[in-house]
Amino acid sequence: MRKDQNLGEYLRMQGVSRRGFLKFCSATASLMALPPSAVSQVAEALATARRPSVIWMSFQECTGCTESLTRSHAPTVESLIFDAISLDYHHTLQAAAGHGAEAAREAAMEENKGEYILVVDGSIPNGNNGYSTIAGISNHDMLIEAAENCFAIVAVGTCAAFGGLPNANPNPTGAVSVSEIIKDKPIINVSGCPPIPVVITGVLAHFLTFGTIPELDALGRPAAFFGQNIHDRCYRRPFYERGQFADTFDDEGARKGWCLYKLGCKGPTTYNACATLKWNQGTSFPIQSGHGCIGCSEPNFWDKGGFYDPISAGQWGSRDALLGAAAAGAALGVGSALAARARKKKAQAAEEI
Amino acid sequence: MSSLDTIPVTTEVATGNVEPLLHEIRHALKRLAEGKEGTVIDLKRLPLAPGEEERIAATLGTGEVRADVDALGPTLIQETSYPGVWLITHKNADEVVVARFIEVTYIPELLRSQQADIDAGINRLENELKN
Repeated sequence: MRKDQNLGEYLRMQGVSRRGFLKFCSATASLMALPPSAVSQVAEALATARRPSVIWMSFQECTGCTESLTRSHAPTVESLIFDAISLDYHHTLQAAAGHGAEAAREAAMEENKGEYILVVDGSIPNGNNGYSTIAGISNHDMLIEAAENCFAIVAVGTCAAFGGLPNANPNPTGAVSVSEIIKDKPIINVSGCPPIPVVITGVLAHFLTFGTIPELDALGRPAAFFGQNIHDRCYRRPFYERGQFADTFDDEGARKGWCLYKLGCKGPTTYNACATLKWNQGTSFPIQSGHGCIGCSEPNFWDKGGFYDPISAGQWGSRDALLGAAAAGAALGVGSALAARARKKKAQAAEEI
Repeated sequence: MSSLDTIPVTTEVATGNVEPLLHEIRHALKRLAEGKEGTVIDLKRLPLAPGEEERIAATLGTGEVRADVDALGPTLIQETSYPGVWLITHKNADEVVVARFIEVTYIPELLRSQQADIDAGINRLENELKN
């Protein structure tokens, strides 16, 4: 797609009919969690959308976020959205290397001053800038330089959004999130370890369609995808209501698909779209596969206690807090917490022997 | 273990969302019959347990009209056994479902020939006849 083309022209040149375009818009509206009635607005906006420049920077990360996006099935909708942006710098995906690559980044920033979208995955080492550098430039300095003239920043993955795994205790690199360094630009946090690929493309589609920042929640995440917690959208929720829980991964409750709360599921405190959008071409999500949610889209998820301890055991640190929870009616959670603590004590005692 | 099917996990779980959805369709159909606007329901937006989407489709059944649309991958438009209720399944070129809707309408928009395509068709036909 040429830079001066709009998406409508590009699709027509690719032989896509108006009917095909309407299908594309229906799927895109669904992707952006817009009501189906918004399809005509999406069609009108997308037909005239210009190709935005995107500069993607990878800092302290594992490349899982890029893998999530590029290894996702290659659906027409997502690949078209990806074709519809001008990815001017991404050091994992670009062919250019060395000085040529950096020159391309600088040229794209200059050419699209004030208009480009800066995508960041990975946290930024703030303790010692030498922990992570690109072309001899520290992540910190490169972020400051690239953010200066961008339109907005999309922090992809929990590392960029909240510090993530590098930020976990004892945080040897002094890792911080994008929002801890950049204070004067709109930042959209697309958290998850990794994020759901269609959520990443959904945010790009929103830019493409409306040219604006989507509505965000209190943690700066797009409300359309992070507005509800996993628990509320979980198909196993009725078992929770009835108090039917799996106690181990191979007991009768597990085989019957009962609620995984007592096995450490963090669904009640985790906001993400896994339960509806799902993974692997919409096949499943962790809870459907029989494993509790680990809460990977939430800040500090790595330091919130064991993945297999109930929320109450891992997140309520003191006896007072436990009593507070009981007073608030979380009797079930407290019971689980005490049971988990008892299990921990027993395990510790066994270790000491 | 040779197949995922042999793992003894029950998947017949009910969210309790199927029946309300069927009632929503009933209400939408009544609105349509009263001359009011149609309704589109995005099935991706609802929490549904494995097998529940199939249950909805089975309850609605299949009606007289079925159309296969080949535009940016296959789309199946199936009128259900309840006239005015259509199940629309969009797939990409790899046959992966990218969106699924229930449309309560007289005729789904996607079935209509589109003005832009008609205009392009006129040009093509005129060029064809010139040669």
